[in-house]
Amino acid sequence: MAQSNNRQAAKFLSLAPALLFLILLSALPLFNLIALSFAEVTWTGGESHWQWVGFDNYKALASDALFKAGILNTIILVITATSAQVCIGLMLALACSRLGARSRAYRTLFLLPILIPGIIIGAIWRLMYNSQFGVVNQILGLVGLGPVDWLGSSSLALMSVIIVDIWHWVPFSFLLLLAAVEALPKDVSEAAQIDGASKWQEFRRVSLPLLWPAIFTTFVFRAIIAFKVFDEVYLLTGGGPGTSTEVISFTIYQRFFVQDNPGYGSAMSVTVIFIIATVIGVAMTRQRSRSQ
Amino acid sequence: MSTQSKHALSVDRTLLAFLFLAAVLTLGPFLWIALASFKTQIALLMGTTKFTPVTMNYDEVLFGNTSLFARNFLNSIIVASISTLAAMTIGFLAGYSLLRLRWPAWVVNLFLLWAVVFNLVPPVTLAGAWYELFRGVGLNNDTVALILAHTTLHLPMSLWLLSSFLREIPKELEEAAFIDGAGFVKTLWRVVIPIMMPGLVSTGILVFIFSWNEFPVALALTNNTSATVPVGIAKFAQENEIKYTQMAAASVLSAIPALLALLFGQRFIVKGLTAGAVK
Repeated sequence: MAQSNNRQAAKFLSLAPALLFLILLSALPLFNLIALSFAEVTWTGGESHWQWVGFDNYKALASDALFKAGILNTIILVITATSAQVCIGLMLALACSRLGARSRAYRTLFLLPILIPGIIIGAIWRLMYNSQFGVVNQILGLVGLGPVDWLGSSSLALMSVIIVDIWHWVPFSFLLLLAAVEALPKDVSEAAQIDGASKWQEFRRVSLPLLWPAIFTTFVFRAIIAFKVFDEVYLLTGGGPGTSTEVISFTIYQRFFVQDNPGYGSAMSVTVIFIIATVIGVAMTRQRSRSQ
Repeated sequence: MSTQSKHALSVDRTLLAFLFLAAVLTLGPFLWIALASFKTQIALLMGTTKFTPVTMNYDEVLFGNTSLFARNFLNSIIVASISTLAAMTIGFLAGYSLLRLRWPAWVVNLFLLWAVVFNLVPPVTLAGAWYELFRGVGLNNDTVALILAHTTLHLPMSLWLLSSFLREIPKELEEAAFIDGAGFVKTLWRVVIPIMMPGLVSTGILVFIFSWNEFPVALALTNNTSATVPVGIAKFAQENEIKYTQMAAASVLSAIPALLALLFGQRFIVKGLTAGAVK
């Protein structure tokens, strides 16, 4: 009896701390965020006053050019960067898998960018892109091109940011896809080759279909992280020039903290969370109905 | 040598060249920034390739009168260590409880849903919510607030990873220990934790690095005295637009945990990153 009482106590006590964090630091702030999104906060003498404004904050969103630019640029970045990362990651994974132990040093090295703080990545590339002394223009100069104003020109800035994001996160797709490639059954591709299929045919007809689920997962995982992009943009361009590299996390940060407008920033946050939840929900139901 | 194996050899050579190119592109930026950190401002601006290395950038960043970098570094170590320890302890206990102690399905699903939703939400949106919360209880700009926020931020990942490692351990081992009269704590400490050690190390390294690297939440919740390394570097870059070589030195210093992790824990990092995504 004492034993089972102890087990019962252990059961509740072991889950209690996580539950506490879930309620106090996740659910509560999120509810607060939703409440805030219907209010306008004003400060008088160090005290905040909430005034309920109904859907005003949400209505204002519809005509906010910065918000529109943020959403659009984020979507462009997510789609282009993620696609490039999955392609390059897959090529690297296939190469490493074929070379086996000879690629060991490369496998370690490719991990490095994922582990470096995003803000440092931004700092490094900001110096590399510098139009006076940056190495990117120096290399272009060697072949007689440039100089190019990578971050200062509104037509190039978003592409420059995307290049940095691709460079930063190719290793992540590489790692996930390498695990999938190494898990491919060897006998199937060997059987295809014995049947006279060329390498390319074997890849197209046998390996690639087997890899699709992993490619899909990698794409989704990368897209989720890419959607949150903030650190690199913060130092590279700060959203500029104009709104050319404005991404959604940055817009929220600006509205909430820089302009000190928590009500409006919250409405933006809630809208973004809602959009993400919808997209993921639709993607998952699609995937589920396809696999059934 | 047959033509087929000759062909295979030339394919291998092409692939090795491809990997080498990728390696140069990966390492290049780091090497360039490391070189820049040992240059004088003039040498960098002139774009000279031959230069006498100087350590003055590091001296200035670490020991300069106006530099807050040493303080940022200390803050980062404190925040990352404590929040990693907290996220792992809480995540491990919760993971064990949910997997082994017969909770109803809806409780398990609630935590699963939490872990998934939390990963979808941009941290900036939470930063605002936490900022309001901590200001309300008088913890604004306090290191404790950032530790709590980072623990919350990385708890779902820790719970997710540790659960996937826990699932690999056969239940029979714990049941045997229970029957032998070992209590709950003793079973965890003597049986489960030793078997899970590689998984714990993987999770620990990843959570530490993620906390060390985290920027938007730290930016929202700290001031000059409580700022972490990423926040310190961002502010430095904005306020001292032209101190390029010092920025390079600070960048090199803040990559130290990542380099150490890569040198000594590469196996564990791969294990953690793939377990988190594949399972």
